Amino acid sequence: MNPVSPELDRRFRDAAASENLLDVAYDFVDTPVGSLLVATSERGLCRISYDAEPERELERLARTFGVRVLRSPKPVDEARRELDEYFEGNRRRFDLRLDLALLADFNRRVLDELARVPYGEVVTYGELAARSERPRAARAVGTVMNRNPLPIVLPCHRVIGANGKLVGYGGGLERKEQLLRLEGAIL
Amino acid sequence: MSPPPFELFYEEHREEIYGFLVRRLGSQRAEDAFQETFLKALRAYPKLRHGEHLRAWAYTIASRVAIDEHRRPRADAELPELESLDGRPAFAQLEHLADALPPTERAAVVLRYGYDLDYTDIGAALGSNATAARQAASSGIRRLRKKESS
Repeated sequence: MNPVSPELDRRFRDAAASENLLDVAYDFVDTPVGSLLVATSERGLCRISYDAEPERELERLARTFGVRVLRSPKPVDEARRELDEYFEGNRRRFDLRLDLALLADFNRRVLDELARVPYGEVVTYGELAARSERPRAARAVGTVMNRNPLPIVLPCHRVIGANGKLVGYGGGLERKEQLLRLEGAIL
Repeated sequence: MSPPPFELFYEEHREEIYGFLVRRLGSQRAEDAFQETFLKALRAYPKLRHGEHLRAWAYTIASRVAIDEHRRPRADAELPELESLDGRPAFAQLEHLADALPPTERAAVVLRYGYDLDYTDIGAALGSNATAARQAASSGIRRLRKKESS
């Protein structure tokens, strides 16, 4: 039995990406908050996922973006580099292209506002709702944060409760705290 | 059911397809053929309407790539002639003829008589064994004969 060598496997994955045959390319990125599944479409970064159960996550990506979902490291390299820099404390904002085309209008508006919350600062759910021109929609904003397809890059960890409590986080409160500490927002 | 994400299809079939290509072409030429097979599969993948018989589908693509690879002139090897007498490759006629067969019989007939695979490989392609592959091929042929005569 001749196993497929890692070089041959890698060659195919590179070729699939360079011939533009993929709906989604993804890879895993190691960070201080764990291994992240990072995915990109031809339009830009489309998913960052904590604790991904790969099979379920791939099914989800295929349903949303198309069935040609393949692990392929090269298209993810730019996101990997920016995430590395962020976790080393050398990057305060991300310059990646993002693919939010398939989100509902309200979600996109809230995430656009979220993207403007600066590094190291926090905002309440109510305040973010107000900035999104829906001042009474704090709870809906919470739901949008919970479903944020691009945590860290779209900094939902910077959104906290009116009482100053961290409230919740898709990746778990421990990670929210870790990210805010990294940014110097909490001691 | 729509086909699974391509990654899962690739992970499930890459080893056996590679093994098959190594048997057909030798390990050196199998590497290029392997890449070509899965790039072809990737191009066609969005057009699949369901996720059934994907293994046989992968073998069919690999067989076609192996034949093309055989046809390519190479200085260092004398290769067998695979075209049929009238110049059309045998599998081109067969694939069309076999369209009306149930999927398993169709795959068995096309792989056996179109691509000249042995029953062990066809069994692997069908996810069964050589005996079952032989039965599927012969009942496919019987069905084709019946159609022909009716």
